[in-house]
Amino acid sequence: MNLLNISGSPHVHSDESTKKIMWRVNLALVPALLCAIAYFGINALLVSLISVASCVLFQWLIEKFILKQKSTVWDGSAIVTGLLLAFNVPATVDMMWIVVIGALVAIGVAKMAFGGLGKNPFNPAIVGRIFLLISFPVQMTTWPQVGGLFPMNFDVATGATPLGAFKEGALGEGVTFMDAFLGHIGGSMGEVSAIAILLGAIYLLCRKIISWHIPVAFIGTAFVFSGILWLVDPQSYMDPVMTILTGGIMLGACFMATDMVTSPMAKSGQLIFGFGCGLLTIVIRNWGSYPEGVSFAILIMNSVTPLLNRWCKPKRFAN
Amino acid sequence: MKTFRMGGVHPEENKISNDAAIEVMPVGKQMVVLMNQHLGAPATPIVQKGDKVKVGQLIGEAQTFMCANVHSPVSGTVLKVEPCKDAFGLAKPAVYINVEGDEWMESIDRTPDIKRECTLEPKEIVAKLKEMGIVGLGGATFPAHIKYSIPEGKKAEYLIVNAAECEPYLTSDYRVMMEHAEEVCIGVSILRKALGVPNAYIGIESNKPLAIAHMQEVVKGFEGIIVEPLKVKYPQGAEKQLINAVTGRKVPSGKLPIDVGCVVSNLGTCFSVYEAIQKNKPLIENILTVTGKELPSQHNYIVRIGTTYNEIIAHSIGQLPETTGKVISGGTMMGKAVVNLDAPTVKGNSSVLVIGEKEALRAEETNCIRCGKCMHACPMGLEPYLFSALVKNNRIEEAKEHNILDCIECGCCFFSCPANKPLTDEIRLGKNKVRAMMAAKK
Repeated sequence: MNLLNISGSPHVHSDESTKKIMWRVNLALVPALLCAIAYFGINALLVSLISVASCVLFQWLIEKFILKQKSTVWDGSAIVTGLLLAFNVPATVDMMWIVVIGALVAIGVAKMAFGGLGKNPFNPAIVGRIFLLISFPVQMTTWPQVGGLFPMNFDVATGATPLGAFKEGALGEGVTFMDAFLGHIGGSMGEVSAIAILLGAIYLLCRKIISWHIPVAFIGTAFVFSGILWLVDPQSYMDPVMTILTGGIMLGACFMATDMVTSPMAKSGQLIFGFGCGLLTIVIRNWGSYPEGVSFAILIMNSVTPLLNRWCKPKRFAN
Repeated sequence: MKTFRMGGVHPEENKISNDAAIEVMPVGKQMVVLMNQHLGAPATPIVQKGDKVKVGQLIGEAQTFMCANVHSPVSGTVLKVEPCKDAFGLAKPAVYINVEGDEWMESIDRTPDIKRECTLEPKEIVAKLKEMGIVGLGGATFPAHIKYSIPEGKKAEYLIVNAAECEPYLTSDYRVMMEHAEEVCIGVSILRKALGVPNAYIGIESNKPLAIAHMQEVVKGFEGIIVEPLKVKYPQGAEKQLINAVTGRKVPSGKLPIDVGCVVSNLGTCFSVYEAIQKNKPLIENILTVTGKELPSQHNYIVRIGTTYNEIIAHSIGQLPETTGKVISGGTMMGKAVVNLDAPTVKGNSSVLVIGEKEALRAEETNCIRCGKCMHACPMGLEPYLFSALVKNNRIEEAKEHNILDCIECGCCFFSCPANKPLTDEIRLGKNKVRAMMAAKK
C-alpha cells in the first residue's frame, strides 16, 4: 500500500477553479460576440480572432522567454482580455493590425508586467483600449455603418454612434430605444447590443461569478444622475434610458467593472465602486472632451480599489 | 427554517453510512489507553505494571482543574505505563493493558432497561460527570464537569444540543438518534436539570428527515425538549453558528457561549451522560463511523476506547483498499489526517474516514484573483486572503488586529478558493504565531 497523505483540514474542495471561472466568462461573452458578427459582419469576427490570438500569443511568449515560468494561457484569462479588447474597438479593417498593439499593451504592460493574473491593478482590456484611443484617435472613432443583418462588405462607409452624434449637437435622432436595446446602433462592436450583454451577465450572476452590486450600482447611478440632468434641461442632456443603453455602460458595468482582480471584494466596497464608475462616466460624457467615459471611469475606480478593500471590511460576526 | 446568517458553504454530504445500524466491535488482545484524551492536562495514571483492572475501573485520575478521569475500557493486567504515539504522531502518557476476559465493575448497570428517573441534585450530577470522565464528544473533548459548573454571576438560559452533524460523511450522531433517542432525551433532561434551564433545543440539519421525525415523536414524552430543524449549510454545527441559528444570539469575540446564556452539548455527549448518570457507566466507548467511497462496506460501530485504527480497519473492511490516499479521524471539513494507524482511538473520535488517492491530493495553487469568495464563505466575517498575505510576510501584529483569533478553522475559505490557496493552513499557522507573540509579551 502507498504511504498515507497528510494535510491540514479541510480535505475536500468545492472544485471551483480560476480556469473554470475564466472559461465561464468567455462563454458569457459569446452572445455579444454573435451580435457583433451579426451587425458588423466578417470584420467583427476577424478583429476578435486577431485580438484573442495576439493576447494569448503575447502571454505565452512573455511567460516562456521573459518570466521563464510555466505557461498559464490555458486558464482562459488572456482570451477574456482578448475578447473584451476586441469588443471595445470598432469593427473596421484598420483595427485588424491596430488591435495587435492594443493586445501587447493589455497583456504585456497592464497584466504580465505586474506579475500576471491576479496581480494587475488595472483591467488589462481597458488599459489596452485607452492606449489605442489616445494613440489612434481617428481609427478608434471611425465607426462602420450599421448594415442589415450579416453585412458582407469591406467598405469603410462610416456611421456615427448615438453618443458621438449627441456630442456634435444632434440629439441622437433616428435611434429608437429598441435599436439601442437590440444593438442596431453604431459603436464598438461588443457594446452595441444591451440584450446580448445582459444575457451573458445573467449567466454570470447565476454562476455566482459576479454579484449584482457593481452592475446595479454602476447602471443605477448613471441612470439617476443622467435622469436628474435630463429633468433639469432635456434640451442639452440625453435622456436616462438612452444614456444607459448606448455607449459602453452595459458592457463596462457587466463585464469590465466586475473583473474580480481589479474590483473591491466586500459588497459595500463594490457598491461604492459601482457608484463611482457611474458618476464618473456621466461627468466625462457631459463635460469631458470625449463622447464616452466608461473606460476612463473604470480605470480611475480601479486605482481606488486597494483603498476600498482597506476601508470596506466585511461585517464581523457579533461585532 | 433556522440557520446562521453569515457565510457558510455546502460540501457534498456523502452520508453513505446512514443506514448501517450500530454494531459492536469485539475487544482486541491489547489496549493502549492514553491519559490525554481531553482538552487540558493529562490524567495521572494510578495503576502500575502487574495490576489487575476491570472494565470501567479508574486508571487515570484528574488531579488538576482542566482534566478528566480516564477509565479502563477492558479487563486484564497492566503491562506497562509509558508514552505511546497518538494518531498524529505525538507521544502521550499511556497505560498498556493485556486483555483477559471481559469482567465489568459491579457498579455498572449492564441491563438493557431504560432508566428514566434521576433523583440527583444538580451539584451531584456535575460531580458524577467528573467521576465518570465525561467530556464533550463534538470534537473539542472539553471536560463536561467544567462546562456544567456555571461560574458565579452567570446564568444559563438555553441548553442547545448539537445534532446538526454538518460534517460530510459522519453518521454516528444520526445512528444514535435513530437507535437511542429515548436515552438521549433522558440525558438531555439530566443536563437541563444540572443547568436549571427551562428548555433544551436539539438542532438537527434538515438532511436527516427521519431523525427529525423520530426525535419529534420521542420528545413528546419529555418536558422542555424542542427539536429544531436547521437548514443544510456548513458549519451549522459550529458552536457560535449553532447558537446564532437557534437563539439568534451572537457570542462576541473571545467570549464563551455562557456569556450569552447558552450551553451547547453534542448529541453523543448526551447519550454518554445518560449512561454515566443512570447506568454508572464511565466514558469507555465511542460510537464511530467507518466510511469512505472506496470502501466495500459502510459501518457504524460502538468501539472500546483504546482500540487501534488498524484493528478497526481489520475488523470492518479487512484492509485498506489499494487506492487509499488518506485516513481521516473526523469529517472531511475539520477532521485530522491520521499519521499513525497503530495509534489507539481516544474519547471524542467519531470516524475512520478513508479517502481515495485522487481526492486526497490538492490541486495546484495559483495566483489569488481577489474574487473574495473566501471572505463571503467565512462564517465569522473575516478576511482569509488578507491573513494569508500577512502570515506569509510575518506581519503577525496586523493579523491579530484583523481578528485572526476569531477564526474557527471550519475550512470554508480553502473549500471555496478557486486558486486552491491553503488559506486554512496559513491561518492556523498565523493563530499559533499570534498566540506565541502574546505569550512572549506577558
